[in-house]
Amino acid sequence: MHVKKPAKHRTVKLSGADLAFSLIVYTVAIIFLLLILYPIYFIIIASFSNPYAVSGGNVWFWPVGFTLDGYKELFKYGDIWTGYLNTIIYTALGTFIGLAVNIPAAYALSRKDLWGRRFLTFIFIFTMFFNGGLIPTYLTIQDFNLYNTIWVMVLPFSVSVYNILVARTFFDSSLPRDLWDAAQIDGCGNLRNFFGIVLPLSKAVIAVIALWTAVGQWNSYFNALIYLKDRQLYPLQLILRDILITNNVQSALGTGEAAQIALRLAALMRYSVIIVSTLPVMLMYPFVQKYFNQGVMIGAVKG
Amino acid sequence: MMKTNPLNQSRSHRVMLSIRKNWGLYLLLLPALVLTICFAYIPMYGVIIAFKDFKPAQGILGSRWADPWFKYFLKFFKSYQFKTTISNTLLINIYSLLVGFPLPVVLALMINQLSNQRFRKGFQTITCMPHFISTVVMVGMIMLFLSPGSGILGNLYRLAGKEAPNLMASATAFPSIYVWSDIWQHVGWDSIIYIAALSAVDPTLYEAATVDGASRWQKVVAIDLPMLIPTMIILMILRMGNLMGLGFEKVYLMQNDMNIRASEVISTYVYKIGILSAQYSYSAAINMFNTIINFILLLAVNQISKRLSSTSLL
Repeated sequence: MHVKKPAKHRTVKLSGADLAFSLIVYTVAIIFLLLILYPIYFIIIASFSNPYAVSGGNVWFWPVGFTLDGYKELFKYGDIWTGYLNTIIYTALGTFIGLAVNIPAAYALSRKDLWGRRFLTFIFIFTMFFNGGLIPTYLTIQDFNLYNTIWVMVLPFSVSVYNILVARTFFDSSLPRDLWDAAQIDGCGNLRNFFGIVLPLSKAVIAVIALWTAVGQWNSYFNALIYLKDRQLYPLQLILRDILITNNVQSALGTGEAAQIALRLAALMRYSVIIVSTLPVMLMYPFVQKYFNQGVMIGAVKG
Repeated sequence: MMKTNPLNQSRSHRVMLSIRKNWGLYLLLLPALVLTICFAYIPMYGVIIAFKDFKPAQGILGSRWADPWFKYFLKFFKSYQFKTTISNTLLINIYSLLVGFPLPVVLALMINQLSNQRFRKGFQTITCMPHFISTVVMVGMIMLFLSPGSGILGNLYRLAGKEAPNLMASATAFPSIYVWSDIWQHVGWDSIIYIAALSAVDPTLYEAATVDGASRWQKVVAIDLPMLIPTMIILMILRMGNLMGLGFEKVYLMQNDMNIRASEVISTYVYKIGILSAQYSYSAAINMFNTIINFILLLAVNQISKRLSSTSLL
């Protein structure tokens, strides 16, 4: 009795502490979840609300004065759709080129019998830590006559050393070791081996790199800002910058009351434009989540 | 001839054979190699304009050497922007490191404690989603929310019956807005790598700890946390190596005349000097100075970590 009591007391106390621990963990998790979700939710309800209600501070939990004016205004604003189309083109081309350049390079560098492998790998890795910088790169782009063309958006910066390293790690760890030996016995050359045998076995890493490249293309504005001059070539993100940040929205309406209305509509358009430009990427994420996570994990192996 | 005497093949001959046998591999490597040489190594050669009085019409080779050769570096060291840009860059980076580095670890440890699998999966998906918001939209959202007239912040202040401050116009608020919005956006994503590391914990460790009477909190501290340290070190080295290299995209968009005192960083200054006012040599010199400091930092941190923990990057 005397021996048993403290032992019992101890287990009860421990599970109580663990229960409290669980409670704290879940409470913190739910608060955190709300902090992440509310700003996104607010943008959604604000995009459907009367602009006066939004700026007056009456919109908190659901749309007030439901209206689709923001979206209607958006559809009339031609620049958005030119930008959208450009972004789709840059994303599609850029992803294709990114795969075509990085995956084969990664495979070649993963092969132990590639003479000069260490040196060639070094050539790529060195560029991660040292680069010419903005101006020398800018001058080079001009020398190649790529300035203000579609190609500058998809070709010069398509090599991603990080992606090459991720894919190389994948080839190193996931392809059977004697794959190439077997292919050789069957009389396969390196190219037939790569396209016919290696690629079909590498769908996972191809998906990872394609997704990363596509999201990167969709969301970036830096290259466009530096290397594009014509508004006709602007991707969505630069148009968004005009609407959301520099307030550079052209209005056909004059001054006075009409301009006031235009200003309000532009303010409303800001919420709908966020929805229209961001939702495709965010909604895609849950469906392809496993590929993204895989990518981070393959990358983590090598650090 | 060589076929009859394979053991006596010279080294260069063996290399030739190996290259010829694997010519297909070199072909696969070629596009990436050509692009890297054209758009990474040619610009590296182009940095010599930092030592020249570069005039576009005369080209890189045709332009005269600067006199003295370090003229543009000197100009930067003496300019009043030197201290401002460097201290702003460092301040934002260190702030971001102090808050942004531990939080993903904490979040990963917490997610690992969520025993309800459905909740856990949903939680992870939702916390990762803001990562996919573009920089432009993110800054747009910050501006909408912080607007004193019509944003959430302004409305909250009005509920309390007070006048809202215009935070986007405040130099003192700039680093905090930058860092905390970054955390909101990326903390979930940054925790994935740690969650992956945690999934590799040997379950028998937990069982042993339970037998020893460890509480869940003790297990987190004694088993989970040490598991994350190698990953933390690698990520720390990478971040330290980039201490002077603050990304351009977000800072540039958040900048305005009112907060410029705190928001002019090296990368935005390089852009303004180089692209907007076309002082090519000066801009290249500033950028080169920055790159070299980064490189030295990276090597130093890597060395230190090699000594202390035998984890290293290079």
